Amino acid sequence: MPKIIIDGIEFDAPEGWTILDAARFLGIDIPTLCHHDELSPWGGCRLCLVEIGEGKKTKLVSSCTYPVEDGLVVRTATERVIKARKMMLELLISQCPTSKVLQDMAAKMGIEKVRFKPKWEDCIYCGLCVRMCEEQMMAKAIGFVNRGDKIRITTPFDKTSEVCRKCGACMYICPAIVLRCEGAEPKDVLCGGCLNVLQPTCLEVYGEYACWMGLKGECGTCVREEES
Amino acid sequence: MRRITSIADLEALRRKLQEKYRAKKLRIIVCGGTGCRSNRSMEVVEAFKKEIKSLGLENKIDLKVSGCHGFCERGPIVVIHPEQIFYQRVKPEDVPEILERLTRGEVVDRLLYEDPNTGRKIKHVYEIPFYAKQKRIVLSKNGLIDPTSIEDYIATGGYKALAKALQMKPEEIIEEIKRSGLRGRGGAGFPTGKKWEITRMQKSDVKYIVCNCDEGDPGAYMDRSVLEGNPHSVIEGMIIGAYAIGANKGWIYVRYEYPLAVKHATLAVHQARELGLLGENILGSGFSFDIEIVKGAGAFVCGEETALLQSIEGKRPSPRQRPPYPAEKGLFGKPTCINNVKTWANVPYIIERGADWFSSIGTKTSKGTKVFSLVGKVKNSGLVEVPMGITIRELVYDIGGGAPDGKKVKAVQIGGPSGGCIPEELFDLPIDYESLTEVGSMMGSGGVIVMDENTCMVDTAKYFMKFLKDESCGKCVSCREGTQRMYEILSDITEGKASEEDLQLLEELANVVKDASLCGLGQTAPNPVLTTLRYFREEYLAHIREKRCPAGVCKALIKYTIDPEKCTGCDACRINCPVGAITGKPKEPHSIIQEKCIKCGICRDVCKFGAVIVS
Amino acid sequence: MTDISEFVDKCIEKHGKFLVPILQDIQERFNYLPEEALREVANRLKIPLVDVYGVATFYKSFSFVPKGRHVITVCLGTACHVRGGRRIVDAISRELKINPGETTPDLNFTLETVYCLGCCALGPVVVIDGKYWGHMTPNKVLSIIRRMREEAKQA
Repeated sequence: MPKIIIDGIEFDAPEGWTILDAARFLGIDIPTLCHHDELSPWGGCRLCLVEIGEGKKTKLVSSCTYPVEDGLVVRTATERVIKARKMMLELLISQCPTSKVLQDMAAKMGIEKVRFKPKWEDCIYCGLCVRMCEEQMMAKAIGFVNRGDKIRITTPFDKTSEVCRKCGACMYICPAIVLRCEGAEPKDVLCGGCLNVLQPTCLEVYGEYACWMGLKGECGTCVREEES
Repeated sequence: MRRITSIADLEALRRKLQEKYRAKKLRIIVCGGTGCRSNRSMEVVEAFKKEIKSLGLENKIDLKVSGCHGFCERGPIVVIHPEQIFYQRVKPEDVPEILERLTRGEVVDRLLYEDPNTGRKIKHVYEIPFYAKQKRIVLSKNGLIDPTSIEDYIATGGYKALAKALQMKPEEIIEEIKRSGLRGRGGAGFPTGKKWEITRMQKSDVKYIVCNCDEGDPGAYMDRSVLEGNPHSVIEGMIIGAYAIGANKGWIYVRYEYPLAVKHATLAVHQARELGLLGENILGSGFSFDIEIVKGAGAFVCGEETALLQSIEGKRPSPRQRPPYPAEKGLFGKPTCINNVKTWANVPYIIERGADWFSSIGTKTSKGTKVFSLVGKVKNSGLVEVPMGITIRELVYDIGGGAPDGKKVKAVQIGGPSGGCIPEELFDLPIDYESLTEVGSMMGSGGVIVMDENTCMVDTAKYFMKFLKDESCGKCVSCREGTQRMYEILSDITEGKASEEDLQLLEELANVVKDASLCGLGQTAPNPVLTTLRYFREEYLAHIREKRCPAGVCKALIKYTIDPEKCTGCDACRINCPVGAITGKPKEPHSIIQEKCIKCGICRDVCKFGAVIVS
Repeated sequence: MTDISEFVDKCIEKHGKFLVPILQDIQERFNYLPEEALREVANRLKIPLVDVYGVATFYKSFSFVPKGRHVITVCLGTACHVRGGRRIVDAISRELKINPGETTPDLNFTLETVYCLGCCALGPVVVIDGKYWGHMTPNKVLSIIRRMREEAKQA
């Protein structure tokens, strides 16, 4: 079994595991977005970045795709890692400010400002739906088309797919549109509801329950500051 | 030709071909590289054919169409051997005169190259400064042989290295390559011998090798010229590599934008197969190997090795996670050794002349030569091969001749979209893998773009970013969104709409994108931004603070006006203005209506008096 | 329809399971990738249509609408860019009233851009119907296009 060191912990990781598998096993928290335990690793969102190597020769890799190798030294929360993750999230949230998943992550990671112009798109191209459709639903109705800044996820020729069973699994797994955050405001993109000087503990307690569904901050754990 | 089945057969054939090659005293070689062809060099060839026939010189003169000679700026190029007389910018009309003088042992003075510094006419290839400083290994046969003829290649010593290699043990070949110090010529510089060794060590019954000729860097055409001008050297290198690694199948991946390279490579593979140099039991050694040509379909990212493999497999070419490296798990899951065209093309020379010879060229860590395409604002545009360790100054001034029109060279951009801009102050830097990385650029595949005072560095960074946001595969957030956002900020800067905070954000973002991306494309994408920021920050600040483009390039910040002193009222600008923004009566000074002007610059092109001013 | 399926048959016979070369042959034969052809390829190779579509849309050389009779390709490689390649594109765009990647409504011209054709010493370079033109200026290229238009009218 490859011997690795994560955040100072020596660990014999089973062959075939990724860094993320090992970290989770040890209870080390690494944020993920495009990763799902039941789907193949993708490595697109870059939120699970960790720093590997020692001395001058270190680099960032996505922990969800990087296999454990003998002698690997991993650090999961260095300044470089946190800075990169925050920038990734800033890029993502400016692309799709209405995603509650992203807004929650931003609150957790302590992002206070989004400096990019919001795009108000509905898709962040994480590919979860594509993998869900292929790997769990065995349908392959949707996929990536085009590339670069024109990339999209759609059916062939944008026509109703003959192989789609309309199971809705793609929507179920989508982190961008299923739970909408309505608190994002055009001027600063971030949702004022969850961004709080206190620890936004309600995120842990209520999980997928969004503020706007009823409590609207009345639970008290997240208090929107009154504008004076 | 008869299939050859042994090394003795090959040598016998070589002797026969050499006799034939030497039979005619005079050899006229016309450059048939893509550059010269675009300058109608094939018409020159036709003219030679006709004229030689009408003069009845068919038995005395050997006419050949070769690959790229390198000095593309001066095309079409004609070289006459054995004397190596160099004619430039030859037109079909010049042909009768050339032949007439040739029969009398004279030269056509007006077609010779004139040294711009001394005004002296230069007669021979080797005296021209452009060639004098070069050391040609990979390109050594480019100007000598017809790339569509395997006979030419064999007559000039081709496949000799293969014969030698087949008598060596695979381990000995790998050792030789390792000892030579050859590093990947695609740009990253991984030691070639080590890569071969890793692939050889894999336990698998099937192994592949791949030749990467997906030269996507805009402004670079080294790979094209090698495959186009001497395809057999690449094939020979690949057979040797395959034998050393234990692979039986190879692929050459070529860009579709290079039709001539595809044609020549396809033909060469076919010829080698017919002659028994590819296929079963090569030269009676018991070793079998064959090559297939794959055409790219237009995607820069396919130059990344794992994306290239995805492309061959017929999948979307998004780069894969490494490790596992292709050497362990590559094409169709089998161990695969991928090398650049020029890496493969170096192999026969190393095997034939030995590792010691090769490692005597270059610097401590970077051995051998490097092929560059020297383009942009430089007098002698073209393809050059120089020993590693030469300085940028020698490359740009001694070989390139500096910027045209008396302009001052400001920077060079080395390594394409992944490389960086190096300012004039650093031109004494030796060209090797480490030095270039240190200053924020990289060796890259070999594109060198010279920029002068009329090149805006912000615009250059924006240009590369546009390229990269189009060419990103779109998988990683860092690369997909990062390049788009960098482009957005750079656009704002060139339009005078950005603040200094934006500049700070640009720098922060660039550093993160470099760090956070999966593949080489994303990891190097910010290099043009980071190096221009490092060396030309004042240009950025001029755009931001003063809303001024010092180079006079960024449309939103410049203004076209007509100098009434210089304007003769010839009316050319008014007639040619596509939007009717110029007024004025003939023979009186004209003026530009700023509200209508779209800053297309046509008026400046057509003005013969230099009266159109950009400010 | 039968024409397409026959042709796809031939391509598969020639290239086996290799998708990109098959698509290249189809593009060359029809001047674009017809939807039926992609469906046929997916059927024959037994791969999901979405994969064929995803690959086909990735590459620049494939088109989903027929190209014009004349294809004008402007090189925007770095060497051509620093020598003013962008201005050539703008000039052609203005003249033909189409953006890069588009075809004129009369199907006469398609305007394309490419990043580097590898003849950088001749920059800016324009390729019209496979013929290379070096050292282009907006004016030179416009006169070529206008001449082609005249010829088209007369023909």
